Amino acid sequence: MRNLTKRHRSRVWRRYRALFIAAALAAVSTLPVRAADMEVTIDNFAFTPKELTAKAGTTIVFRNRDDIPHSVVGSKGEFHSKALDTDESFSFTFAKAGSYAYSCGLHPRMQGRIVVTP
Amino acid sequence: MSNDNTNKGIDRRGALECMLWAGTGVLWTLNGGVPKSSQLLGIETAQAAEKAAAGFSFLQISDSHVGFNKPANPDALGTLKEAIGKVNGLLAKPAFMIHTGDITHLSKPGQFDDAEKVIGEAKLDVHYVPGEHDLIDENNGKAYLDRFGKNTKGSGWYSFDAGGAHFIGLVNVANLKAGGMGSLGDEQLAWLADDLKGKPTSTPVVVFAHIPLWTISADWGWGTEDSARALALLKRFGSVTVLNGHIHQLMQKVEGNVTFHTAMSTAFPQPAPGTAASPGPMLVPAEKLRTLLGLTSVEVRRGKRALAITDSPLAVS
Repeated sequence: MRNLTKRHRSRVWRRYRALFIAAALAAVSTLPVRAADMEVTIDNFAFTPKELTAKAGTTIVFRNRDDIPHSVVGSKGEFHSKALDTDESFSFTFAKAGSYAYSCGLHPRMQGRIVVTP
Repeated sequence: MSNDNTNKGIDRRGALECMLWAGTGVLWTLNGGVPKSSQLLGIETAQAAEKAAAGFSFLQISDSHVGFNKPANPDALGTLKEAIGKVNGLLAKPAFMIHTGDITHLSKPGQFDDAEKVIGEAKLDVHYVPGEHDLIDENNGKAYLDRFGKNTKGSGWYSFDAGGAHFIGLVNVANLKAGGMGSLGDEQLAWLADDLKGKPTSTPVVVFAHIPLWTISADWGWGTEDSARALALLKRFGSVTVLNGHIHQLMQKVEGNVTFHTAMSTAFPQPAPGTAASPGPMLVPAEKLRTLLGLTSVEVRRGKRALAITDSPLAVS
């Protein structure tokens, strides 16, 4: 009995599998295309990773884990966070491909780069 | 325990002792243009007051970081109150106080309010210059300038005369450029040249700014990119004293007629350059904080190049 049921279920799955997958794909495609978030952490007065490569559309989260506030300032003014206190974060979505240098507005020796690929 | 560093830079041990101290201010005394400094805490108060009685004196406090509440000091406002309490215990009232920046931790209105209320209890005129922590409101320093910017130029620089000396408050924490250290900028340097024009070289000059005007650690940003241009303008003066904060520890250097001195913070200590992964707040055992407070006297004698620094902790732990 048990075996029969199992066989029956697998038959049902085979029959409808294509339909399930198609439906799942349809559901995904209705969502806006968005790459997964990536994170840059701030520890010991440094951005880690110092250089990060991401696909266009990626949202990067900059998280301050120091006991001192830091900020994130794009070299061409593309983005500018407020001063981030301990455990605060700033997010920016990099829509266009390019190379984005940035630094900390309080401690300009702290520098990093986001390389955005198409 | 006394650590006399006459005529040499502060040594590593001295620096390590110094950086354990917090909650202090520095009392400066001008005797005929000869600045001296001493710690304010404990029994040295009376001595400092005696010195003050002999001449013109003023106070330097720095890096109060009001709003800071992390493990290195959960109550930065409390230690500022203690420092101001010491000021009020002085027998001879100083003429005024200078604050060399990082009044607040995050430039928040409440933090400025608390700082002004506590510092105001000293009932002294206070001449402020901003630290980078004082210019991080949403309007890039408007919060600071609205409070302290009256009669200042640009991002908050100014000068005044007192006790026969010329005092210059500079701002080296505004418009910082990526990759650089502190910066004065062309506009401020042009103003400085104009401000010094016609001043007799015999006038003692006291310059104060947040970030040190000499490079202590380029890696940690402890210096000012264009300080050499300011120092060139000051070169002709016989007595120049440069007072800074930012590094939360005592450092001193003499170069020609110029004495550079950094003050301790009233909030938390920072590590000596190169002794930690970063210049962030340094955690020391709570019970050590006050037992390691002490007296530092700094003496610049006219006509001599030698500089005497004496650090004397109040208690040996």
